[in-house]
Amino acid sequence: PQGRLLCGPGLRRSGAGLLVTKCGLLRHRPGGGGAYWVDSQQKRYVPVKGDHVIGIVTAKAGDVFRLDVGGSEPASLSYLAFEGATKRNRPNVQVGDLIYGQFVVANKDMEPEMVCIDSSGKSSGMGIIGQDGFLFKVSLGLIRKLLAPKCEIIQELSQLYPFELVLGMNGRIWVKAKTIQQTLIIVNILEACEYMTAEQRRQALAKLSGT
Amino acid sequence: GCAGVLERSREQLLRQTCEAVLLGVLHPRTAISLVLQVLSDAGSLLSCCLNAACMALLDAGLPLTALFCGVTCALQPDGSILLDPTARQEQEARAILTFAIASSEKKVLMATTKGSCSVEEMQQCLAAAQRAADTIFQFYRDSVCRRYSKS
Repeated sequence: PQGRLLCGPGLRRSGAGLLVTKCGLLRHRPGGGGAYWVDSQQKRYVPVKGDHVIGIVTAKAGDVFRLDVGGSEPASLSYLAFEGATKRNRPNVQVGDLIYGQFVVANKDMEPEMVCIDSSGKSSGMGIIGQDGFLFKVSLGLIRKLLAPKCEIIQELSQLYPFELVLGMNGRIWVKAKTIQQTLIIVNILEACEYMTAEQRRQALAKLSGT
Repeated sequence: GCAGVLERSREQLLRQTCEAVLLGVLHPRTAISLVLQVLSDAGSLLSCCLNAACMALLDAGLPLTALFCGVTCALQPDGSILLDPTARQEQEARAILTFAIASSEKKVLMATTKGSCSVEEMQQCLAAAQRAADTIFQFYRDSVCRRYSKS
């Protein structure tokens, strides 16, 4: 086949050929010249530019916050990278807060940098995540499944209870429902979804909505 | 108990094998640490550690250039080759050879010997180990298939 082929994660050019570096399912997207990548399951996150992640503020160093995103280095976030922030109007961020942002610089040679605004200056859902709620970690494969359009798991769960959900590509999920018990039920279902088939999931949800 | 010389030499062997296949350029300024805990030892411990290390690296999603597996051969006093010996057979053997074999073109990544053997015997053991490596790589493949078929 002619044209340019895009190599995604898990594939690497070596000399004239391609080297497969991870284990997983080989996926192919035929659009626009074709793209191949290896769909692998892992738990450890490696920062990638453009990914939306949930970070935990670990330190404030002058004008910059240090966030733990689950990678090998803490990411940095400037206080001006929030919507409507100026030198006089600083955002109210404390150590231990949860921030939802995207990476603007993320390669293996430099420290990753995050921002909470997109290219037009709007926040579009990013920023400090509110109080309460529950943060937990799952594998990266589950996050990608949940982020797919028309995900069945989210639709089935939303019929159970109303809840707020923030998914970070670094494997972190933040959930908030009306009561603590409902929040914990949703957390348990999301964690178990990784190993349950669709049929088992529907049975579990039917049992919960029945009782 | 406390780490002795034997454990340290095993660590070195494992480390050199892993460094040969890991793509360290993708993760500069990071330490990758591998912890192996021996639950039960029924012989062929070093090749068991090698196999476990490879599966752990695969499972963690670290970029590897090739898979590797460990095979132990025991040379019996009568000259016959025994693959994957138990602890009893290891004690009775004249020499024990452990090879780490890579999946691409069955190259030898690491070889260690305990006891004495001639060059021809070592070549024979190596050939037998390379054939046995196929079985181990098939096992890796089956385990990974099973893991990905669940999702």
